[in-house]
Amino acid sequence: MITRSTPASRAAAIVALVLFAVLLAAPWWGATSTLRLLGEFMVYLALASLWNLLAGYTGLVSVGQQAFVGLGGYVLVALSMFTGLHPLIAVPIAGLVAVLLAMPVGKLVFRLQGAYFAIGTWVLAEVFRLVAAQVTVMGGGSGISLPATVLKTMAETKFWREAMIYWLALALGAGALALVYGLLRSRIGLALTAIRDSEIASASLGIKIDRVKYAVYVAVAGMTAMVGSLISLQKIRVSPDAAFSVNDWTAFVIFIVVIGGIGTIEGPIVGTIIYFLLREFLADLGSIYLMILGMLAIIIMLVAPKGIWGFITHRWNISLFPTGYRVNFKD
Amino acid sequence: MSDILLSVENLEAWYGDAKVLHGLSFELKQGEVLALIGSNGAGKSTLFKSICGLLQKKTGRIAFKNEVITTLVANAIVAKGIALVPEGRKLFPSLSVEENLILGGNVGRKGPWSLQSIYNLFPILKEKRNAPSTSLSGGQQQMVAIGRGLMSNPDLILLDELSLGLAPIVIKDIYDMLPKIIGNGLTAILVEQDVTRALASSQQFLCIQEGRISLEGAPHAFTKDQISAAYFGM
Amino acid sequence: MIWVNIIIQGILVGGLYALFAAGLSLIFGVMRLVNIAHGDFIVAAAFLAWVVVQATGLNPLLSLIIVVPLAMAFGYALQKWILNSTLGKDILPPLLVTFGLSVILQNGLLEVFTADSRKLNAGVIETASFPVLPGVAIGYLPLLQFIVAVAVIWGLQYLFYNTALGRAFRATSDDSETALLMGLDQRKVYAWAMALCMGVVAIAGVFLGVRSNFDPFMGPGRLIFGFEAVIIGGLGNLWGTLIGGVILGVSQAIGAQINPGWQVLAGHLVFLLVLAVRPKGLFPRIDG
Repeated sequence: MITRSTPASRAAAIVALVLFAVLLAAPWWGATSTLRLLGEFMVYLALASLWNLLAGYTGLVSVGQQAFVGLGGYVLVALSMFTGLHPLIAVPIAGLVAVLLAMPVGKLVFRLQGAYFAIGTWVLAEVFRLVAAQVTVMGGGSGISLPATVLKTMAETKFWREAMIYWLALALGAGALALVYGLLRSRIGLALTAIRDSEIASASLGIKIDRVKYAVYVAVAGMTAMVGSLISLQKIRVSPDAAFSVNDWTAFVIFIVVIGGIGTIEGPIVGTIIYFLLREFLADLGSIYLMILGMLAIIIMLVAPKGIWGFITHRWNISLFPTGYRVNFKD
Repeated sequence: MSDILLSVENLEAWYGDAKVLHGLSFELKQGEVLALIGSNGAGKSTLFKSICGLLQKKTGRIAFKNEVITTLVANAIVAKGIALVPEGRKLFPSLSVEENLILGGNVGRKGPWSLQSIYNLFPILKEKRNAPSTSLSGGQQQMVAIGRGLMSNPDLILLDELSLGLAPIVIKDIYDMLPKIIGNGLTAILVEQDVTRALASSQQFLCIQEGRISLEGAPHAFTKDQISAAYFGM
Repeated sequence: MIWVNIIIQGILVGGLYALFAAGLSLIFGVMRLVNIAHGDFIVAAAFLAWVVVQATGLNPLLSLIIVVPLAMAFGYALQKWILNSTLGKDILPPLLVTFGLSVILQNGLLEVFTADSRKLNAGVIETASFPVLPGVAIGYLPLLQFIVAVAVIWGLQYLFYNTALGRAFRATSDDSETALLMGLDQRKVYAWAMALCMGVVAIAGVFLGVRSNFDPFMGPGRLIFGFEAVIIGGLGNLWGTLIGGVILGVSQAIGAQINPGWQVLAGHLVFLLVLAVRPKGLFPRIDG
């Protein structure tokens, strides 16, 4: 019998549903600080899942995703300040703007191969940051805060504002996971897996590799910008250096994915949990904490390139989000 | 026995998970030319790669000049005195003709071969010494590949498909040179698609079929039918 | 006349950018490795020179006698013990490992040297200049820096095409398996390439530190300038890299003259323009 689901995956689905319900109700059981932490967790879960889709499945190693994070933030702040649009409506618009911008930008960076692609995306993110610093109505180099009036348009009370921002985070975190999972189970997912395993073989199968890669790049840019707009709501301000930070929105994300397990859906989840645990215990160490993260990522890349999740699946052959099929032999 | 240069015992080798050689054993005497024949995929190139250390996944025992070299890597084996002239020549395109030859002598073994003696053997190469190796004709490229192998002054030279992709007249030229190349006591193993030519150039032969030795001995000891039966496995 | 001055200063700065780029170009040529931490190594070299200057009182330019060999030894070890094991068909391991190195270096420098910016003081040469035209003067330091850049690129070019080591570099880059048959161990060849790269990085770091203030977080910017010079000039062409550096330097100088906020941006935009119009760079290597 050939099946996708396994006992582990069925159990995981039930746990996921229960967990989602509990998280949905968090505004009623959690304090403000809990909501903030969970919201931030969702941000990193979403960014990590998206970067993993890009690097782990299509081989597009971008170190410039902060371009779209910052863009999303700036679009949301600008729209809600100058057009009076409800910030939650500005979120999908930010995604759309990023998609439209990613199309020409993608054409340009796709001219660079492999590792040079990585640095090319970084240059683009720098261009975005430097341009943002030149926009005087957005506060130039020092950035701008979301006026209280804008926050008031979201919801009257602090409780509902915080709840809405949190739910948005939950929606984007779960949405990014769902997107990656759905995509990988679809025909595109088959194509992506084929590309990851062998570009030459998939080319001979008639898969238009460049078009699939390009489409994924553009889609990830849009989703990343939506996460970026959420971040601007969480921080209630944008500034070029923070919104386009390579450390916050790309370095940490890469470490999360590498530590958790690149090229697996579960990897970013595991990585985000480990990242937040480490941060909880080690963040006081400041720069030493960052060095530990860097070293951990290097050691994992050298010793277990498929990360912690890859190590676990290899050891016990379990999969919580089955995208492939498995054959069960019945007596 | 001191005149045994190379001895291979029960060699098994794998390409990835596929086992290609299933326990080969043979010996090669000093100064002998051994022809290695067999159909495509029989394991001839795998045997070469195993001997010269490019293939690591193997078991058994390979001894050269009474020293076990089974686990040595290629760059150490060439220093011991085994040179491979690879199938398809594999010249370095970024290097000129002369640079390709000089690199062949990189391990610094002493012996009869030098740039000058290679140029004496193949005068055309001296003319084209500064040309990019890729600008040469196929036959000239094969001369560079042979010269590059000789430059390490090996005790054993492995010649893989010298005639590959060359015109018949060029092949004849190259084979006419062969006695000069291996004339002064050099031991050689020769892999060649053209069985008649291979057998004519050697004192011993080894026929491999699906990774096993199907026939071995002196070429004249067998009839054509016996050899072709061993070759095709009929 | 003001524009002539700007362009001349831009050209001279371009030499520094070519120094940032030369090492990057070298190791990409030999082993197809892109070192994300390249800029951080340049900054680390500047800090190393600072330590040497503090300890010995040497002029920073003379400190190169100590800094370059140390950097080369470090490069050899880095390649041998860490980077060699990341090389293969997959581009992810080298990228991510060097990315991790970048973060480690930045924060390590921060931990040891704090975020304060520092400078290497080379004495009177820093401010001395000679007039070439009315209103146009060339500083001895920028000129020296440019001459050193040309010398380094000439030296690398010579080494690459006229020495045994250069032959080994080219052969290994062509076909590492066949190079093995010549007795060339690719891991050693790569280690030498990285040693050489780090030697150039050390020179670049010292000039960076003498020219301007530096702090632990300047690395990524230097990586990007070097990278842009490589791509503008065309992959695999060292003289092209020098011209790429000069184009970048001039673009930045012109941008800065128009609006101080546009200095770096102007360089990026010229880079993107080249990428859009001539994706292989202005002077790509013609493969035989």
